[in-house]
Amino acid sequence: MRILLFANRTTKEIVRDPIAILFGLGFPIVLLLLLSAINKSIPVDLFHITELTPGIAVFGLSFMALFAAQVISKDRESSFLTRLFTTPMTSKDFIIGYSLPLLVMSIVQGIICYVIAILLGLSISTPMFIALALLIPPAFIFVSLGLICGTLLSEKAATGLSGALLTNLSAWLSGIWFDLDLVGGPFKTIAYALPFVHAVDMGKAAMSGQYSDIFPHLWWVLGYAVVLTVLAIVLFKMKMKAD
Amino acid sequence: MTTAIAINALTKKYGTKTVVDNISFTIKEGELFGLLGVNGAGKTTLIKMLSGLTMPTTGDATLLGKSVTQSPEQVRQVIAVSPQETAIASNLTVRENLELLAGIQGFNKEEGKRKADEMISQFSLQPFEKQRAKTLSGGWQRKLSIAIALISEPQILFLDEPTLGLDILGRRELWAQIEKLKEKTTIILTTHYLEEAEELSDRICIMKNGQMKALGTAQELIKTSKKTSFEDAFVHFVTEGDVQ
Repeated sequence: MRILLFANRTTKEIVRDPIAILFGLGFPIVLLLLLSAINKSIPVDLFHITELTPGIAVFGLSFMALFAAQVISKDRESSFLTRLFTTPMTSKDFIIGYSLPLLVMSIVQGIICYVIAILLGLSISTPMFIALALLIPPAFIFVSLGLICGTLLSEKAATGLSGALLTNLSAWLSGIWFDLDLVGGPFKTIAYALPFVHAVDMGKAAMSGQYSDIFPHLWWVLGYAVVLTVLAIVLFKMKMKAD
Repeated sequence: MTTAIAINALTKKYGTKTVVDNISFTIKEGELFGLLGVNGAGKTTLIKMLSGLTMPTTGDATLLGKSVTQSPEQVRQVIAVSPQETAIASNLTVRENLELLAGIQGFNKEEGKRKADEMISQFSLQPFEKQRAKTLSGGWQRKLSIAIALISEPQILFLDEPTLGLDILGRRELWAQIEKLKEKTTIILTTHYLEEAEELSDRICIMKNGQMKALGTAQELIKTSKKTSFEDAFVHFVTEGDVQ
């Protein structure tokens, strides 16, 4: 009951911010349309709709980190969280209440992204649904990163870090815009030590129907998802005690 | 009158720094108790300990017989806190804020609506009930903040700087609301406005450097300090006075 009430509140707090919706939903769609248009004029394999859509869908998830960081840090700075800490709400109520709406929004955003891709020529297929399902583990990564930033940092720092830094990191180190092999060296090594490119590669593997190629990327993403989710829970609980 | 809050040698240390130092006193049921002190006196930390937000380093306090160290969950069932900041969900409407907190406090949907109606009426929030909280003026946000705190019908209410930033009319209006609450709620009020503490409080505790410097009614504190005004008495206690 408390979880659903709080989750409902988190949803309203986010969707009633038009700028958040504009960026969270609009920006990935604009990129999808723009890069598809470029691909029509100058065909590049990377920007073919089956290659591009999984990447844009993962990139879109980075906005969930921003939303999570924004709503939690704002609740902390306005003392709304302090007020709630004096109610019978438990850490479980808070963590699920913050995360659940963002995980649902991640799926909705992914669906919208794939619907736009279908309108741009992507064929409806089983691999497409598998690629869509594979957005769930990276969604945990981004939501957890947002929870961590929102728990530890001020609103300004949290939104800056997850809004500017994380979106850029997930954009540049994910192989969405350019082939990482072209850069190679430490850049590629760093990229493959992080989860973003793995999340994109497993989506691309699913879309191509080469399901065995989903691995080992899925293990990387799941590993990061588990570690970051646990870290987010631990840090939030510590913050609850510290406050 | 029975005891609502009994504080027994409550101490809070952060590393080597003692922010609340061996505080002991009692507050009676239905009393409006003012907590005064200059910045860094330890008022907010004391309130945090009493409301279960921070564990004491040593000592204990009981709120209506429930220990803050042994059963903080039970303490949370009988208290409400209106923090210094407005502490509202900014993108929810006034009614949604009230119904959300009612639900969190365990009221079902119908009870929550009824409680929200009561608070909207009590705090004259009718013209704004469908308005998002962030669009309210500072004064109305403060009223909403107190209304949210009261929706659970707390037996003990902590008001931390409830009139901060309000103009004199807004403050007077809130004072009237707080006066009405005294009838059925024990209130602990922290404020920097001395006239507010003098006007509203049954008794006042003055803190300095984590220690209690004085305790009594405003008149008793003026008399003890041998000053002619409460402001002078306050200055006396936070500059040179000893525990009375």
